[in-house]
Parts: sequence; C-alpha cells; structure tokens
Amino acid sequence: MADDIKKAGPDRRSVLKGSALAGGVGAMLATNVRAAQDGEPRAAAAVSRIPVSLSVNGQTRDVSVDTRATLLDTLRHDFELTGTKKGCDHGQCGACTVHIDGERKLSCLTLAATVEGADIVTIEGLAKGDALHPMQQAFIDHDAFQCGYCTPGQIMSAVALVKEGHTGSDAEIREYMSGNLCRCAAYPNIVAAVKQAAPQMGDA
Amino acid sequence: MRPFQYERAASPARAVSSADAGSKYHAGGTTLIDLMKLDVWRPERLIDISALKEPRMTRIERNGKALRIGSMVTMAALAGDEGVRRSCPVLTDSLWLAASAQLRNMARLGGNVLQMTRCSYYRDTSYDQCNKRAPGSGCAALDGSNRHHAILGTSDACIATYPGDWAQALIALDAVVEILGKDGPKSVPFATLHRQPGNRPDVETTLAAGDLITAFVIPDADWARSKYLKIRDRESYAFALTSAAVALRMDGDAVSDVRIGLGGVATVPWRATAAEAVLKNAALSEDTAQQAAEAAFAGANTLEHNAYKVELGKRTLVRALMDTAGMEA
Ligand SMILES: Cc1cc2nc3c(=O)[nH]c(=O)nc-3n(C[C@H](O)[C@H](O)[C@H](O)COP(=O)(O)OP(=O)(O)OC[C@H]3O[C@@H](n4cnc5c(N)ncnc54)[C@H](O)[C@@H]3O)c2cc1C
Ligand code: SF4
Ligand code: FES
Ligand code: FES
Repeated sequence: MADDIKKAGPDRRSVLKGSALAGGVGAMLATNVRAAQDGEPRAAAAVSRIPVSLSVNGQTRDVSVDTRATLLDTLRHDFELTGTKKGCDHGQCGACTVHIDGERKLSCLTLAATVEGADIVTIEGLAKGDALHPMQQAFIDHDAFQCGYCTPGQIMSAVALVKEGHTGSDAEIREYMSGNLCRCAAYPNIVAAVKQAAPQMGDA
Repeated sequence: MRPFQYERAASPARAVSSADAGSKYHAGGTTLIDLMKLDVWRPERLIDISALKEPRMTRIERNGKALRIGSMVTMAALAGDEGVRRSCPVLTDSLWLAASAQLRNMARLGGNVLQMTRCSYYRDTSYDQCNKRAPGSGCAALDGSNRHHAILGTSDACIATYPGDWAQALIALDAVVEILGKDGPKSVPFATLHRQPGNRPDVETTLAAGDLITAFVIPDADWARSKYLKIRDRESYAFALTSAAVALRMDGDAVSDVRIGLGGVATVPWRATAAEAVLKNAALSEDTAQQAAEAAFAGANTLEHNAYKVELGKRTLVRALMDTAGMEA
C-alpha cells in the first residue's frame, strides 16, 4: 500500500491531506503523505524479495516474500491460513501467537525471512482431523470467549503455557497468559479452560 | 514499512564487517520491527544475527563467582535458569516481570539492553517535535503528556525514560559488556553503554557503528539476597512506572555491601550510588532505607504529570530494600 501512495501524484496527495482520515489505514496514509511533504522520501528504495522455505503445520512450501513481510501476513495471505489474527500488529496483544520450533512467539513481529526452515504451527494445526485439541475443547466447554477474535492466540499461548509448566496456580496461569489480551474479558473462563485441558494434554 | 535488503550473518565477524551506517542488526526483532513499522527507524539493510550459533554468544557460563551470558540468549532462557535464580534472583525477576511470555521467547539479551524508549512522541511520527527522532526539532513531551517520563538524568532536550528492566540489574551488579567491533574485541563497563540525553538525545549509546554485543559478564553474581521490585499501572505486561533492583550482603543487621539500580525513573539505566553510600555499613531499618531513598531522588526534576514518581520511587526502593533484607541468604 505504501508503494501505491508513493506512486500517486500530487493531486492524490492533496486530496488525502484535505480529507478527514480516521482509523488505522487513514493514519498510515497520513504518515506517508507527511513524510513526502517533509521532502524526506529517499530515492524510493527498491522492493526486495527473498525466497523462503516455510514449514507450516507439517507442510513445507517454497514462497517468495517481500523482505518486509511478517510471518503473520504471510500465513494469512500466502498460505490462506486466516486463523491467526492481527490485533495490534505491534507485539502488544498476542492475537497473532503461533508456535515456532515449539515456542510461542508473535507472528506480527517475526519477519517471514527469519523463519526459513523453522517448524511453524498455527491454530489450524492443533486438531487431529475432526478431533479437537483438548485446549480447543476446553475453551468451548468453558465459554472462554465471546467475539472469539483473541481466541486462536489465547489457545496457542495456553497450549505452550501448559508445556512450559506454568499451571501451578490460577495466579501463575494469569501471569503467564498476560501477553494475550481479551477485549471481551473472558479471562476467568480462559483460566478455567486451561485448568481443564492441562491434565488432558499429555504429549498432545 | 520501507523496503530493505535482508541478509543472514554467517558469523559474528562477517556481521561486523558487513555493518554500515544504513544497516541494523536483527536479534529478536521485537524493538526493531515495531519501530520500522512505525516508520521511526528506516534501515536500508538488516543483518540477521538471530541464528548465530557461536558458543560465546549463545551460552550461559559460570566461572567461580562470575557469570557470562551470551548476547543471543533469550530473555526466557535466562529467566528459566535455575542456577541463576538461586544465586542471583534479581537477574531472574527483572526478566520474568518484563514483557510477555511470547516476547521473552523472541527477545535476545543483546537487543534487550538496546530497547528504545516508549515515549509516545518518539513512537508517533505525526508529531514534528522529537529531538531523539528528529534532532533539533524540539521535545513534545516537555509540555505534553509526560506521566511516563523520566525525573533523573533528563535534559532540556529530552526526558524520555529508559524502559528496560534487566538493565537495572546489570548496572547494579557492575556488569561488563563484551563487544566485537570493526577493530576487534573490546570490553566496556555496562554503566558506560548508555548515554544521558544532554543536547544529543538522538545518540543513545557509546557503541560505534558495527559494534556487536557478544556477551555480558557479571564478575560477582553471588547475590542470593537480591530482588527486582516493579510497580506498574496493571499487574502484569506493562512497563515500569518505578522499579528497584536491589542486592544486599548483611552482617547481622548491618549492610556490608549493597547495590541499587532504579528503573522507570531515569533516561538511562540508573545506579543509585548516593543511596548505596547511605546504607553501606549502616544498620538496615525503615529509617535508614528511607534516608537512602531520599538520597536517591534528591536530584529529581519533575514536570506537570510525573511528579508522583518521586514519592512512588522512594517507596518502591524502601520496600525493595526491606523485602530483600528479609530474604534467606
Ligand atoms: C508490547 C511490548 C512490551 C514490552 N514490555 C517490556 C517490559 O515490560 N520490560 C522490558 O524490559 N522490555 C519490554 N519490552 C521490550 C523488549 O524486552 C525488547 O523489545 C526486547 O528485549 C528487544 O530484544 P530483541 O532481541 O527483540 O531486539 P531487536 O529488536 O532485534 O534489536 C533491538 C536493537 O538492538 C540492536 N541489537 C540487537 N542485538 C544486538 C547485538 N548483539 N549487538 C549490537 N546491537 C544489537 C538492534 O540493531 C536494534 O537496534 C516490551 C516490548 C513490547 C513489544
Ligand atoms: S522526551 Fe525525548 S523521545 Fe520523547 S518527545 Fe521529547 S525528545 Fe522525543
Ligand atoms: S497482532 Fe501480534 S501481538 Fe497484536
Ligand atoms: S473473546 Fe473477544 S477479544 Fe477475547
């Protein structure tokens, strides 16, 4: 998108400048317009692409990505795995949590280029066929969501938390789930779901 | 985000020789990618050091009292080290009380100490005034919303808080930074790594272009009586409003040695030497702890919204001292 704006002529810029832009996209556009006005844009650096081999949910695919592409956008756009959600895109909410080589990480702050060869698991990779992962079932059993937007990240985080061994008390579960925000505040139900699933998980 | 070239470093030496004014190292990426998305940082090239496997950069090693921690070690890995938790809990606490489990799995300790201020005017390019981001443009925080800003080590040009937690433990424990530079390896005291803003808030550190942090060495890491107390707006997953890293050695009620780092209140990792002087060889009590806290904040400069940090900072330090004294040695 940034590139579209840079290519646009002065007319498009002044139209944008004059219109009341609201929301995330508007703010992004406005930032670009401002940079242009400051006479700052360096000779538009060429977009750089890089081939990467990504292993997602057990399947390996070779893709060519813009060096700027995050793992989050690559999963959603190139792999069409839209279970992983974009909340803040800045590491603050946990909605984009995936497992990389068995550890929970934020896909919004991970460049796709940096995970070449890594073993990536998303929410789509948890169930075994039609059998839900015990954590997915526990979230349903305990109504551990309302709108559901944060849920894939919550579940990925919760599965990792159990494997890390942080289920000693409700307080410990809350502390180690604090990187996953829930605007619907399903927190007590999420803690209950984690406690149900933990002893059922085994090596799952 | 602006386009950039990406390369994976084959070795520390190759990373250093490849670095130039337009490049940045990529460790965990959690500060770097965030600021690039915000268009605050605009590197032309990223040198990815995250997969470097050199033992000197990836290991936690103990040699007698000394602890050597590779710069590529993750926050989670050091926080989970049981030996360190027993011998020097302030190092552990200042990590698990920081960021989130996901971020701690990503973030490397080299990148951790170089994290940037969370000053909202620095992070938002729609504000014209920010001397750190655009030198000479002014400082929007001085008469803006400065509730989170620093009260120690500030200047007329910048009052941005150094936001990190682990650095407060490092500065308290006299850590040394091992660096591979263009001219070869060197070591510098951690206390000289960060620069107070003065009239050049855009120059954050004393690192030269291309300097690669390879490890942190804590010459004496035997502080069983040590802790990190962090006060936040919410109970978890927030930056410090005030914090204290405290390490004590006691001889009965008397303090035979004490180290104090303060977070959330200063422009750089902050060693409270005046407070340490008050306590050294004194009997530790609420009274002497309070005197130490007065000394620690004697030079505070407050603005419209951050004056509360003086009282909160003092109480944080007093509580940290008394709690630490009560720990099993
Ligand atoms: C939502 C959120 C909440 C957070 N909360 C906290 C908190 O409560 N407490 C806290 O302390 N931190 C917090 N952080 C900050 C976090 O700890 C840092 O972003 C992280 O530690 C940086 O490490 P990194 O490996 O990701 O660094 P990167 O982003 O990869 O690098 C950061 C900087 O260091 C440079 N660099 C990296 N490694 C080296 C090296 N070896 N030698 C030389 N230069 C190097 C990079 O070029 C870059 O300039 C938070 C971050 C986020 C996004
Ligand atoms: S406090 Fe520093 S970082 Fe914040 S606006 Fe002022 S100059 Fe910029
Ligand atoms: S989208 Fe990644 S943390 Fe919010
Ligand atoms: S269920 Fe709506 S944000 Fe968590």
